Amino acid sequence: MNVSSASPRWHTLVATVENKPGVLARVAGLFSRRGFNIHSLAVAPTDDERFSRITFTVDIEGTPLDQVVKQLDKLINVVDISELNPAHSVERELMLITVEVGEYRKELMEIVDDYRAYVLSEGDDRLMLSWSARPARLDELEERLRPFGIVELQRTGRVALPSLDN
Amino acid sequence: MSTNPTNGGEALVRALECEGVEVMFGLPGGAILPVYDPIIDSSIRHVLVRHEQGAGHMAEGYAHATGKPGVCMVTSGPAATNVVTPLADAMLDSVPMVCITGQVPLAAIGTDAFQECDTTGITMAVTKHNFLVTDPQDIPRIIHEAFHIATTGRPGPVLVDIPKDIVDPVNPRSAMTWYEPDSVPMELPGYHPQTDGDPALIQEAAELIAHAERPVLYVGGGILKARAAEPLLELAELLQIPVVTTLMARGAFPDSHELCLGMPGMHGNYTAVTAMQRADLLVSLGARFDDRVTGRLDGFAPDAKIIHVDIDPAELGKVRQYNVGIQGDCKVVIEGLVDITKKLGSGAQADRSAWRSTVSGWQEKFPLTYEQSLPGDKLKPQFVMEQLRDGNPADTILCSGVGQHQMHASQFWRFDHPYTWINSGGLGTMGFSIPAAIGAKAGMPDRRVWAVDGDGNFQMTAQELVTATVEDIPIKVALFNNSYLGMVRQWQEMFYDERFSEVHLSDHVPDYVKWAESMGAVGIRVESPEEVAPAIAKANEINDRSVVIEFVTDARENVFPMVPAGATNSDVVVDPSQQHLLDDTGGES
Ligand SMILES: Cc1ncc(C[n+]2csc(CCOP(=O)(O)OP(=O)(O)O)c2C)c(N)n1
Ligand SMILES: [Mg+2]
Repeated sequence: MNVSSASPRWHTLVATVENKPGVLARVAGLFSRRGFNIHSLAVAPTDDERFSRITFTVDIEGTPLDQVVKQLDKLINVVDISELNPAHSVERELMLITVEVGEYRKELMEIVDDYRAYVLSEGDDRLMLSWSARPARLDELEERLRPFGIVELQRTGRVALPSLDN
Repeated sequence: MSTNPTNGGEALVRALECEGVEVMFGLPGGAILPVYDPIIDSSIRHVLVRHEQGAGHMAEGYAHATGKPGVCMVTSGPAATNVVTPLADAMLDSVPMVCITGQVPLAAIGTDAFQECDTTGITMAVTKHNFLVTDPQDIPRIIHEAFHIATTGRPGPVLVDIPKDIVDPVNPRSAMTWYEPDSVPMELPGYHPQTDGDPALIQEAAELIAHAERPVLYVGGGILKARAAEPLLELAELLQIPVVTTLMARGAFPDSHELCLGMPGMHGNYTAVTAMQRADLLVSLGARFDDRVTGRLDGFAPDAKIIHVDIDPAELGKVRQYNVGIQGDCKVVIEGLVDITKKLGSGAQADRSAWRSTVSGWQEKFPLTYEQSLPGDKLKPQFVMEQLRDGNPADTILCSGVGQHQMHASQFWRFDHPYTWINSGGLGTMGFSIPAAIGAKAGMPDRRVWAVDGDGNFQMTAQELVTATVEDIPIKVALFNNSYLGMVRQWQEMFYDERFSEVHLSDHVPDYVKWAESMGAVGIRVESPEEVAPAIAKANEINDRSVVIEFVTDARENVFPMVPAGATNSDVVVDPSQQHLLDDTGGES
């Protein structure tokens, strides 16, 4: 059940695409036609408004992965696509999570401090936290918060850039 | 139109003229109405079809025959869905085509308006690219981009979806200021097809070829798209390497050439199939290791190294790992191979005399064959194909439907010129031949165009013969009527214990002669062997109308050789009369 995001099966692809209607559907279509799932997806314009950067993780390997990358590259709206080598890239993901406080406020706040998460919103018996980190660390925090009772959770999907020490 | 366009509709037609469009195929309707008005004053010939699928296949036939992009134009909704099949066909066979579809007005998109469908969504997977135009000012540029994308790199179909309000002069939204389509930069930052092959890889390939003792040139439709038949001939002769031409490449290398082995694959001839199977090197030029060619993949050409040349990088290694993979235009790469091979000198080439004599041994032992009909039997389709071949000049354009008649045509015709064979290879679209033949004839009015069709196919698109009559684009149809969906019948006979399920069409309806005549064509029925050649000769004398010859053929006749689905190409089944020869030689190598 708890497949770790750090599992080596995940491959991270980064694409620069035209910032236009329908482009995401074209990209997604090349996965769905093969019955492949996109595990995580993050899209936003780059510093140049004409282009968006898409970071996605998929659990495909070998020949199918190569093929799908080449076919993505063939899409007219895809300017550039590459796979990021995990050893030479930096990945981050943001999580918003609302948890039950109940009678364990002290224990909860210890974890919040421990991880240096932000408290974004506070209710009578709930807390909304925000934290950004490597995806695997988010998994870890999620697991630690689970016993308190997770009310709602949203992760952004990972974003990534090549690291500078390549 | 002499004055400059001032609205999207006029601009669209003018932009098509600027792209050099001479003929287009289509059928109007509500959403595309405003574009049909300026068509009246345009230099472009518009051919009014009877079904939009016909428009699409005509555009394909036109493109196959002329090398120029085929153009079709239809309205929104059901008309757009009617062109989905030809778009998919053009996608799989890399046919350059531009399809214009009408769309409901911008403000109505997404409201389930009358005759609305999500055309760009539906056609995303069956086009090389598609556009939804939202501003009339973009029309000339987008049309130019559409033609550029359709015709460069690996060619393919491009669809341009145009909402009604931006082309309708009564709507202020359609106002635009004209500019020449190629006067503004294209906005295609992600599209840079690469045509030059990497010289180092070409060198490596030439050396690999030089060392090969049992090489085969495996030639696909890409050769025709690259217009590389001439350099291919030079390469093959220089190296003295046998050539197989796939179903999409028939004619790219002359069948009558001593190095030509003909068609490989599921219904390829024994020598072509076996030469690939025993090769130590396959030089794939514009081919894509289609499953119909490879048979069971893990048993395909087990000892062969692979040189794979394709303009589409996504083809390299898609099916079979290569030893040298070259992304580039086949013509450019072949010319490079010729140069290097010349520099290497003839002494550099391995001795291939044993290989050539092995191959010619197979050719002698396993020619294409069939049993002649006995008196009173129905016609043998292979016999009819041979007669058709012998009754026509080599530059005749032959179009085909999909089924047994298609395989018999590919096997028994003699293709000696490129661009004389037009068929639906990748998608295998029944109903392709008649509209494709009309499109080919529209593009090549001085050439003789024959459509080879099956009775099942004919009933899917025959109505386009009305188009041929009304538009004065006369074609000739050889209708192989075996009363069956013959190819499916063959599979049921061979692999389903002769349990025939829903493959018998009818022995008496329709009356094809009457049907042909009702459409303004001449109808001829032929039932005995001695009538075949005279009927073909008669058809060839009629040039002011289309002609349909119905050949009543033997339904029991199957297509051989055949590699059964799931088998490897080593298990090719030859004609029953040759099977014992195969058993004799067993695992000959
Ligand atoms: C649109 C479409 N539907 C179904 C098929 C499957 N199919 C392939 S060949 C064939 C039979 C064609 O029959 P006919 O036109 O009589 O040709 P024959 O094989 O008898 O020569 C069928 C049904 C197809 N290729 N295309
Ligand atoms: Mg039939």
